[in-house]
Amino acid sequence: MRSSAYVGIGQIKPLAARAAAPGAGCGSAGGGGKFGCGSASGAANLAPEVWEKVRNHPCYSEEAHHHFARMHVAVAPACNIQCNYCNRKYDCANESRPGVVSETLSPELAAKKVLAVASAIAQLSVVGIAGPGDALANLARTFKTFELIGASAPDIKLCLSTNGLALPEQVDAIQALKVDHVTITINMIDPEVGQRIYPWIFYRNRRWTGIEASRILSERQLLGLEMLSARGILCKVNSVMIPGINDHHLAAVNKAVKSRGAFLHNIMPLISAPEHGTAFGLRGLRGPTAQELKALQDSCEGEMNMMRHCRQCRADAVGMLGEDRSAEFTNEKVAAMEVSYELAPRLAYQAGVEAQRQAKAAARDAALLALAEQHSDIKLLVAVATKGGGRINQHFGHAAEFQVYEASVAGARFIGHRRVDLYCQGGYDAEEALPGVIRAINDCHAVLVAKIGSCPRAELKLAGIDPTEQYAHAFIEASVIDYFNDYLAQLNSGSIEHRPRADAAIRQGALISMSA
Amino acid sequence: MAYKIIASQCSGCSACEPECPNVAIREKNGIYLIDPKKCTECAGHFDEPQCVAVCPVDKTCVLDPAHPL
Repeated sequence: MRSSAYVGIGQIKPLAARAAAPGAGCGSAGGGGKFGCGSASGAANLAPEVWEKVRNHPCYSEEAHHHFARMHVAVAPACNIQCNYCNRKYDCANESRPGVVSETLSPELAAKKVLAVASAIAQLSVVGIAGPGDALANLARTFKTFELIGASAPDIKLCLSTNGLALPEQVDAIQALKVDHVTITINMIDPEVGQRIYPWIFYRNRRWTGIEASRILSERQLLGLEMLSARGILCKVNSVMIPGINDHHLAAVNKAVKSRGAFLHNIMPLISAPEHGTAFGLRGLRGPTAQELKALQDSCEGEMNMMRHCRQCRADAVGMLGEDRSAEFTNEKVAAMEVSYELAPRLAYQAGVEAQRQAKAAARDAALLALAEQHSDIKLLVAVATKGGGRINQHFGHAAEFQVYEASVAGARFIGHRRVDLYCQGGYDAEEALPGVIRAINDCHAVLVAKIGSCPRAELKLAGIDPTEQYAHAFIEASVIDYFNDYLAQLNSGSIEHRPRADAAIRQGALISMSA
Repeated sequence: MAYKIIASQCSGCSACEPECPNVAIREKNGIYLIDPKKCTECAGHFDEPQCVAVCPVDKTCVLDPAHPL
């Protein structure tokens, strides 16, 4: 058990006061103005045209991911580089990580699948091509797919994700196809670091290895990023945090991509379970702990938004970020479906979301007002169980993940999510799942749920985590603030004592089930 | 000698197919095959055989002694 205390760690920067100031929220009532929703930081002062691009994008806006769904179409199986954290031969229906799919799609079937999903899931707002190889190592299939989707479902936003090696030559084509969100995976800007991550690249008809491979890759990535930024295409940079390899280097990467116009930086934990067969996994490299990841993200938080709600989705994922409904839309099922383009249900859903956003912002502002009298340096992490809509509306035992908020006198700030094995699952031994849940939220003081059984309640209390149903079905941010306010009141009255929590583990293995 | 793809190791990723200067590679049942009659080991085109250079699974595109040039 690791024991680095969470409260009082030097590198955790204080919350910016603007982070949750009343009136700077996500409600769209103000029209234009300041919206604290560019990412998890909730502090961006975005230009209206940028705001329009991200407000309903679940990957570019933390707030939007409570309301909107994405899908990836797996039309791009080929790759042009080898990464030590990726093993392309591995496919498991229960696994969720990039580079993995169950079956690949033709562009025509992909376009049909988009219509099928859009008809079934009104929350759908974006479609991305994220592999399972590299979107730009499969140019014909990737571009044909975007062309077909653009023609048949014009309201759906298009995104792609790439390692950047083939990016500079394709920037014009990307712009012409109206792809306005591009993610580049940049794990280093120093080839010395790069050669420990990338054994080889395939570039200009030859295989490059060693430091030369990483030098070429890095130059191409940064050039591509600059070119996209210059054209106003929104860029997110993904970086895999690999302890012992690039963990101390990613702050430099953050500065480099920020200076080249990246909109959002997503630092993700290494997934390295040995059973995946990746080079890093077989060598026994570990991923970061929850607090190691948070400390790095916090140190990079500044003018640039940090993404903390990434679920490291598969290249064929479908649904809200915390869920995967791809099994409902297999190639066979999609081929047999009758589909048509219907915009009205999505527009109706979006109008409903706007109303919810206003209610949520009002509840949050009221909670902040009540907190305004309190003075304290304490910060708490609070886990919540949610099925979406920005509310605490999930049973403890049905949660496949918990979202984690940091509460302080500045308000509630989303800092990440923790995947867990379902505690409550038919035929599965609950006794084995609970210790895993506790490890995953061990840095939290409380877990707010819609409902919880007496058995896990007692176990959680024993572990020092306060389980509460008091905020069932209320909005998340307001509830976290109210909980914190109560906590401070109890401290002041002397009825409780503040104790720092320990670190938590980021779950590595395969998901047992996605149903909830 | 012609190259061949060891079927049991092919991941079906398709990376090799567009790189072959002789259009010798095609897909069959989710994996890829090299037509030995068309393969020239990329001689005259490139310094290294393209299928070998781009394949993500080591030792999967190999020389086939059954098909000397």
